[in-house]
Parts: sequence; structure tokens; C-alpha cells
Amino acid sequence: MVMKRIGVFICHCGRNIAGTVDVKKVAEEIGKREDVAIATTYVFMCSEPGQKLIEDSIKKYDLDGVVVANCSPTLHERTMRNAAARAGLNPYRVEIANIREQCSWPHENEPEKATDKAIRIINATIEKLKANASLEPIEVPVIRRALVIGGGVAGIQAALDLADSGIETILVEREPSIGGNMFRLSETFPTLDCPQCILTPKMNDVANHPNIKLYTYSEIEDVSGYMGNFKVKIKKKATYVDWDKCTGCGECMKVCPAYALSEYDFGMAKRKAIYIQNEQAVPLKAVIDENKCIKLQFDKKVREGKIKPKKHVRICEKCVDVCDAQAIHFKNNEEIIEEEVGAIIVATGFEVMPAEKFPELGGHYPDVVTALQFERLLAPSGPTNGIPRRPSDGKIPKRIAFIHCVGSRDPEHGVPYCSRICCMYLIKQATLYRHAVPDGEAYAFYIDIRSNGKGYEEFYERSKEEYGVVYIRGKVGKVYKVGDKYRVQAVDTLTGRVIEMDVDMVVLATAAVASKGIKELAKKLRIPYDEWGWLKEVHLKLRPLETPVAGIFIAGTAQFIKDITDTVSEASGAAAKAMAMLSKPKLEKEPLLAKVDPEICAGCGRCKEVCPYGAIDIDPRRHVAVVNEALCEGCGACSANCPTTAIQVVNFKKPQIINMVDVLAEVF
Amino acid sequence: MNEEKEKEFEPVIVGFFCNWCTSAAADMAGTARLHYPPSIRPIRVMCSSTVDPVYLIRALQEGADATILGGCHPGDCHYINGNYKARRRVAIVKTVLKSLGFDDERILLEWISGSEGPKFARVMNEYTELIKKKGPSDFKYIDSLGGD
Ligand code: FES
Repeated sequence: MVMKRIGVFICHCGRNIAGTVDVKKVAEEIGKREDVAIATTYVFMCSEPGQKLIEDSIKKYDLDGVVVANCSPTLHERTMRNAAARAGLNPYRVEIANIREQCSWPHENEPEKATDKAIRIINATIEKLKANASLEPIEVPVIRRALVIGGGVAGIQAALDLADSGIETILVEREPSIGGNMFRLSETFPTLDCPQCILTPKMNDVANHPNIKLYTYSEIEDVSGYMGNFKVKIKKKATYVDWDKCTGCGECMKVCPAYALSEYDFGMAKRKAIYIQNEQAVPLKAVIDENKCIKLQFDKKVREGKIKPKKHVRICEKCVDVCDAQAIHFKNNEEIIEEEVGAIIVATGFEVMPAEKFPELGGHYPDVVTALQFERLLAPSGPTNGIPRRPSDGKIPKRIAFIHCVGSRDPEHGVPYCSRICCMYLIKQATLYRHAVPDGEAYAFYIDIRSNGKGYEEFYERSKEEYGVVYIRGKVGKVYKVGDKYRVQAVDTLTGRVIEMDVDMVVLATAAVASKGIKELAKKLRIPYDEWGWLKEVHLKLRPLETPVAGIFIAGTAQFIKDITDTVSEASGAAAKAMAMLSKPKLEKEPLLAKVDPEICAGCGRCKEVCPYGAIDIDPRRHVAVVNEALCEGCGACSANCPTTAIQVVNFKKPQIINMVDVLAEVF
Repeated sequence: MNEEKEKEFEPVIVGFFCNWCTSAAADMAGTARLHYPPSIRPIRVMCSSTVDPVYLIRALQEGADATILGGCHPGDCHYINGNYKARRRVAIVKTVLKSLGFDDERILLEWISGSEGPKFARVMNEYTELIKKKGPSDFKYIDSLGGD
């Protein structure tokens, strides 16, 4: 069983490995082993001739195992396994020794030690490989349905693409309407399209598509399963309105006496306790905000025993009186729905940091707003009908300061990264403002202008030449109130002059961050994210749409902030990825799963206790553990808990790891 | 290189890094050319929960001056809750080691996520420094502790 004719293939990776590690010496040392039939090097093992070398050697030396010493297994493990398979060697008899990311690169200044370490890593890998079993991938069925989480432009595009290709698609949005951030924008740069006009057709397509099941005002409660076979629990939040009956006429909103700040307008306007998110909402249905509705609040207090119920007295219920459709029932209609899907696309989007986070820039004043809030003040569909007015007194501002990079590129107060879209939307906002208020003055305070998209630089030039927006290269240190104006203090970094300017309003381009709740959702999906909540892709350059969990993809700004063009392209890309997966009749699952040796197993059940997937059962008759291969994911928690080594993960068996340890722990 | 430097104690540290987080962080650190001592010797395991305490002991026994177990942050384990199991096991091994009179700081449990390349390099450097100060482990000279 133990391999005796192993081939070791050491990659130079150009100079990436060979520039530090003495690959010749490594090959020489490894070649001395009795169980190694050939140890050789090549400049790029992943290249076609490199793979050919492996294939030929397998045949020539009748190899029974292969170690490729190159880059991280996340990159080329599959390449090398496929090469071996082509030469007739079971792909699971190939192991990767990572001597680039975990050796030559971090130790680039210590070539000798890196060489020794590379030898050691390869030796340890050989020790593991020697006891590897030949395996066949496990075939799993595929459910030809997809789930898209998030109903912004990314989710809409992805859902439409999937549905058009004949895949039944479930779109889940937590707000009452789809549309997301894009639908709230004034106009889009650099074309100055009206987002409502260009997005509503797509939104309606979603609503009417025979292959799309739309759940708005809904959230993901739980996700289990694996690629091709996910089980999803979706919580439909309580609307207190029967949506089958609601016609979206909006009469209820007119009579409702209770108010709240409108989420749709980012707090720039009020809405009622019963509300339809906006006039073009999809679906056009009313929901009741249980925290604001007078009746529901009253009912709640009664339930909690805080007040006594009043018999025969109606509490408010004004909306009921005007609802001809009799849709309002005040019943908590929260519901959990279960769906099964084969692929999931996460398109949860972004939000911006609140202005209040920047008190030194006056973020706590009503007339100092975030750029997303200002979008609403500029939007023809917004609370001011597209002519911006100050939130404090409703006056039209005659001079506005637009401040770039608030919290972006500023690890101390915000985030270290550039939020990418702010330069362009502030240019757009200044332009639109000058258009709406021709005698108004627009001043932009920037660090750098980043206008790197099709038509972007031209748009920037136009804002200066045609609309007279004044750009000041300078960092704003302070904004404070003087009378009913706001004083902006900045240093012009081109001239070194200190600038003080009184303005009527301030727009802050606050840093973009991942949308609220993303971390909780990511945990349910078991996909990784960074400290700001951006989802982590498998490879930033080459696999930006995939998460490390097979079958879960990312679209749009959930991965990182980007503009609409890129978002839409990515959404189509993620949909295509999902389609490619769902179009296969069967999927292959890694066979690296737990396996029980019934000869040793005493049926104690300690493995069953720690299995996170409920994949292990104790056979009552034989009194041994049995593993359900469909559920097992191969984490190995069971093996560490087994007192007798009866349960082990194939090709990660205890003796294999111990042998690796012995090689690596040894002192030189 | 002068002789003194050559003789400087370089602790051998065996690391067990989970595939989804800490191994990914190690790859990221390498890609960014962040430096840490070559005496860190990595083993990729699927999850921190698969690391049997025996592995840690074995490493110390076979010559390592310290061991690191690296997993995903609590709540972020790719296999739902494997890292909690690892945390419990490590706590037990440490207690046992301590009660036997050995230095339990020679086993380190760290949460390093896949996006924390810089943290990976920092932890490796700092831990190496700590073990350097402590000097070679005397654990490896005990061969009566049973093997497999
Ligand atoms: S996968 Fe990283 S700790 Fe479980």
C-alpha cells in the first residue's frame, strides 16, 4: 500500500521560488530518498510542458505518487491532479508542497534557510502522501434552482439572467421593495441617466418573470447543505397587511397619523407608520411599521400587561376605514418559508458611514449630510423634488461645500481604503446642484480626483468648464456653525494657504462599508469577510465572483465598493458562474470525508457528539458509527474526539499527520 | 555572517493552520512578501477541530520548541463551530502540561482569518521572539511520555 515510486516536481515559478530557494539542491536532496523515483525541477510546472513532464514521468517511472512543490494548493492543486489523472494516476495520489507563499516569498531574505525549509516541507508532504488512498469523487445531485440575496441592481441583474436561462430563481430582499441604493440615486454618472427610469423596467421584469419568485421584506434565517443542495429558511417579516389583497393605492398612508423617518429617503423625509416604500415600489404593497403604529403599540402593551384592554374601543385603525380592499388585518403574519436551491448569489450591497461619525466635520448638524442623503435631495422623485433644500429650514442652499474622502483613506477615523465611487458622485452632485440652482456655488474639497472609468474624466472636465464647479485640493479640518451658516476650515495643499469659507450646506462623501447585517449573513453562509464586512473572494484577480464555499457566489458591492457598470457586469458574471454549475447533471464532491473502521470502532458515540452536521449515527445493531457521506464535510472534528482512531478523515489520517509532525519538528 | 549570530537560538515552531482561515492568511502574508522566521513550519489541516492534542504533544516531543494552532475567529469556523472544540482541547492540554511542570506557553492558539495576512506575520514574529527569550524547550528531552 505504501508508495515506493514517488515523483517530486519542483517548480522554479520563474524567479518566484528559484530566486530564493536553491531548487537544484532541493531536487538533489529529495532525490536521495529511497521512495523517490525521480526528483526534478522545471521553470513553470503549471505550464503545459510542465504538466507534460509530470505526465510523462508518471508513465516512464511508473510512479505511484506525486508531490508537486510549487505555489499554494488553492491555485494549482486541481491542475496537477488533472495532469496525473491524464497519465492514469489517481488524482488523490498527488499532493502539493507549498514552497512559494509559505516559504520562498516570506523568507526571500534568507535563501539558505528557505532552501532547508523547502526540503523539509517536501519531505513532510511525501510522508503524508505515502499513505494516501486512491479515491473517486462522490457524485451529488444538483437542484436546478438559485437563490439571490439582495434586491439591488446586482441582485436584480443576477436574478434576471438566471431566470432568462430557464433557472427558477428566488430573490430575497429585506426592504419592502427591490431597487436598493441605485433606485434612490438622483442621476447616474457619467451619463446622467435617471436611475428610476432605467431600473424600473428591470424591476418590473423581476416581478413578472415566470421563473422568479420574489420575497421582499424578507430575510435569510438559516442556510444548510452544500453546493447543488442548499436548504434555505427565509423569514417573511410581519407586514400586518394582506399583500394578496393590497392594491397599493396608498389611501392608508394619507390618513395614518403616526410618523417615522423614511429609510427610503435616508432620513431626509418622513413616512407614515403604514407605508409603501415609494411610488414605483416593486411590489407596490403597504407594510405597517410595528414600532410606530399606534394600534400595534397599544396591542403590544396590552399583551405585556402594561395597560388594560379597552373593550369596544377602537384604537386608531384609521387606515382600515379607508382600505377598500380590506387588506389591513393587524395580524402578525411573520412566516418562515423553506426553499431548496443549488446555488446562491450574495448581492447585499453597501452603505455609507453616517455623518454623525464625523463631528469634527459638523456631521451632527442637520445641514451636514452624507452624499447618499444628498442624492435624495437632488432626486426628482425625492422629498424636495430635485431642488435641494436645507433639512433645517427648507431654504435653498446658495453655496455648498462637497468634501471628498471623509473617513476613506483614513485608517484613524474610518477605513484605509479608497471608496472608489465618491469622487465621481460628488462631481455629479456638484454638477446637478449647479443645474438645479443656477446661481448656487459649488466647492469641492478633494485630496485626489480619481476618475478612472469610461467617460469619467470627460465628465469631470465638464463639471469645471460647463458648470463652474470649483475644485480645491485640500483637506478639511473642521466644520462648525456660525449664525445660520457653516464655516469650513481647510488647508489648500497646492498653495499652503488656510481657507475659511462660509457655506449653507455641507455634503460629506463618507466612506462606503458593507451593508448592515452582512457579517451575520456571512456566518450563516459560512463565507469569509474582512473587518469592514466586505466578502472575501477566492482570488482577487482571477476568481473575484466566487466564495471559498462551492456553490456560493458574490455579485456587486458585497465584495467591495464599485460603480454601477462594474456591479452589473459582475452580477451577470456571477449568474453565469451559477448557471455553469447548475447546468451539470451531477456535481462532484471531494471524497475527503470521515470514514469509520468498524473493526476498531467501539460505538461510544463521541464522534457523533461533536459532528457539526449530524452526519454520524451509531448503528444500533452492529454498535459502530456510520457516516452519511452526503452530509459529511470532512472537517475532522470527529477524528480528534475518537478515543480509538476508528474514525478518520481519508488522506488526513492520524499517522499521516504524525509523520508530518515528526519531519517538521525535528531540529536541524 | 558572524559566528555569534549563526549560533543564535532559532526556535523550531510547528504550526497547524486551518485550511480556510489561517492557511489562507499565511498565503496572503507570503504574497505580500511579509517576512517572518523560516523556523515556522506549517502543516495545513482542514479545521482547527481536527487537531488532536496528540499532534501538539508529539511536535514538542520530537524537537519543536513550541507549537501554534491557528484557526478561524470564534463564530467564523468554516465548519460552524470547530474552533470552539479546538479551544476546549487546547485549554485541557495546557492545563495538563502545566500540572506536570511544563511551560504551557509553548502551545499557542490564535485566531487568524483569511484576510489577516499582516496579523499572521506579526503573530509568527512575536511568538518566535517570546520563545527565543524562553530558550529551547526541555520537553523534547523527555522520551518517556509515550508515542502514538
Ligand atoms: S475551519 Fe478554520 S477553525 Fe474550523
